[in-house]
Amino acid sequence: MTRQTSVERSFLAKNPSVLWFILILALFTLGVTVLSEAYGVAFLSTSFVKTLGKTLCLCLVALAMDLIWGYAGILSLGHMAFFALGGYMLGMWLMYARTEEIVVAALAQGGLPATPEEIGQGIAVQIFGVVGASELPPIWVFAHSFWAQLALVVAVPGVLALVFGWLAFRSRVTGVYLSILTQAMTLALALYLFQNDSGLRGNNGLSGLQNMPGLAEVSQDRVSVWFFWASALALGLGYVLLAWVVSGKFGSVIRAIRDDEQRVRFLGYSVEGYKLFVFTLTAVIAAIAGALYYPQAGIINPAELAPIASIYLAVWVAIGGRGRLYGAVIGAAFVSLLSSWFTGGRAPSVPLGFYTINWVDWWLVLLGLSFVAVTLFAPKGIGGVFDLWQGVRAPDRKGAALGPDDGALMEKEAKE
Amino acid sequence: MSALLEVSGVSVTFDGFRAINNLSFSIGAQELRAIIGPNGAGKTTFMDIVTGKTRPDTGSVTFGERSVSLLSLSEAQIARAGVGRKFQRPTVFEDQTVAENLTMALKAHRAPWRVLFWKERPEDRTRVEALAQEVGLADHLPRKAGELSHGQKQWLEIGMLLAQEPRLLLVDEPAAGMTLAEREHTTALLVEMAKTRAVVVVEHDMEFVRRLNCKVTVLHEGAVLAEGSLDHVTKNQQVIEVYLGRG
Repeated sequence: MTRQTSVERSFLAKNPSVLWFILILALFTLGVTVLSEAYGVAFLSTSFVKTLGKTLCLCLVALAMDLIWGYAGILSLGHMAFFALGGYMLGMWLMYARTEEIVVAALAQGGLPATPEEIGQGIAVQIFGVVGASELPPIWVFAHSFWAQLALVVAVPGVLALVFGWLAFRSRVTGVYLSILTQAMTLALALYLFQNDSGLRGNNGLSGLQNMPGLAEVSQDRVSVWFFWASALALGLGYVLLAWVVSGKFGSVIRAIRDDEQRVRFLGYSVEGYKLFVFTLTAVIAAIAGALYYPQAGIINPAELAPIASIYLAVWVAIGGRGRLYGAVIGAAFVSLLSSWFTGGRAPSVPLGFYTINWVDWWLVLLGLSFVAVTLFAPKGIGGVFDLWQGVRAPDRKGAALGPDDGALMEKEAKE
Repeated sequence: MSALLEVSGVSVTFDGFRAINNLSFSIGAQELRAIIGPNGAGKTTFMDIVTGKTRPDTGSVTFGERSVSLLSLSEAQIARAGVGRKFQRPTVFEDQTVAENLTMALKAHRAPWRVLFWKERPEDRTRVEALAQEVGLADHLPRKAGELSHGQKQWLEIGMLLAQEPRLLLVDEPAAGMTLAEREHTTALLVEMAKTRAVVVVEHDMEFVRRLNCKVTVLHEGAVLAEGSLDHVTKNQQVIEVYLGRG
């Protein structure tokens, strides 16, 4: 008897998309490197390399969103808050260390060696003069240490997600109510950060993050490619990690929670524990993506935490295809690149005679309509195209085990 | 014989309606019991209380040799303590294969961390195959549960319950929507299971209950009306009035 079940086969055999994904990502990274200004034929501008690097980070946070929404069925509208918090945590170090270099250089010109107090004072005035303060707030106590801030990239969003998730899931808040709650969390956090005395420069945010401390001699051409590599590596590792998480029994349990959580409880699984685990894990992944994104963007401010950012994230995943990891990546890459093309003013306007469609204004309408169209007519999203392709390539496999990624019960979710 | 499950003096009120009224019930470790009663008698609420879905206002529910109170445990903890429940309509995870459904139900560690690093051992696989064999789904392991027929889904759910290895099994209307042959198979399976564990069957169908050939508890308005063999309770005048008379 040679019966094969999906539980038996090895990880890679069960997830052919992982190998394909890594291969395509590697080729893409190589291609961008060869075409970059710093390491190749200078076909791609540095700013475009940065855009591509940022897009990879958005793909990573979309993967996290797919795990929590597409697999576990929790529509979180707060994951971009974790993304931004990750950016803030690394940004604090970048800004502090860079300012320190400038202050030390400036004081050195005075002739006398500067005391640590003078340097500290100088940094505080440089960073916080803009909000009328001259002392570093207590939350900057670790800002001088790269490793401490790196740990905070994971710890701050992780602990926030853990506490928030514990409170929400323990009370069995589900569905739309949970979405509203996560959105409220994002909004509250954004409003808090907008205040000047929040300790993170209010609406000015953190800036100059593209300047790497200690690398003043290195041109942005090179730095941009380094960050592109780091983003590609993080995306690749994130993909493998999440593919592993969803492929085993754990993936089975969270998909079961999505489809019928009461039944999962009667199987003896603590549904709240699983939700909390997934919520926190995805928050940490989002934070890491944010920590890689903002040095490429150069600036972060509280507007990045606006609830609309998290809604965009959900739209990307929905358009790309929930419940399959590559769908999330395709959706994030496709929609965010298209979005920057349309809003960047490069899309040609459409003159209708009586009215001219200016895409900077009309892009959101187009995006909204696409979202509605995808939800109604193609609930599998762009990723569903791969099903058609597989159906054509291997018709004899129809009705057999389709693997764990296929067919996230879209219809059922759409009814809720 | 000491009781495996001991429910005593339990009452539940929903918005002024007394669904369960000072109900007492006990079942031994290897016993088959049928619960019958008209609609609204509190059969489902009784199961909800035992499985932790509903908290009673008064009374106690204890389980096992050490008489652990189930009232302070969550649904998942009660399930892990050894109480399995089969719902009226088949509730399997339609988006997943038969093998995945069974694997999820297999008795094993349930904590997220342990499940994340869980690896299938050969004996797990043998067990899944044996279970599938037992419920007649051996040829359907790689199929999605959603593709199965109604009866096959019922069987899959029974297989999942067996995989959980519960000490007490609560079964809600197992015969609903089954063909005659499937009913006979179900009867045999329930009788067989009750040799090693306690099985409580809630059923409307008198014919099916007769086939089970076990002690019967009649519920009415949230309390026990009569208890004994089927012949005994069907002779009870009160039972005839409230239940059988409507026939």
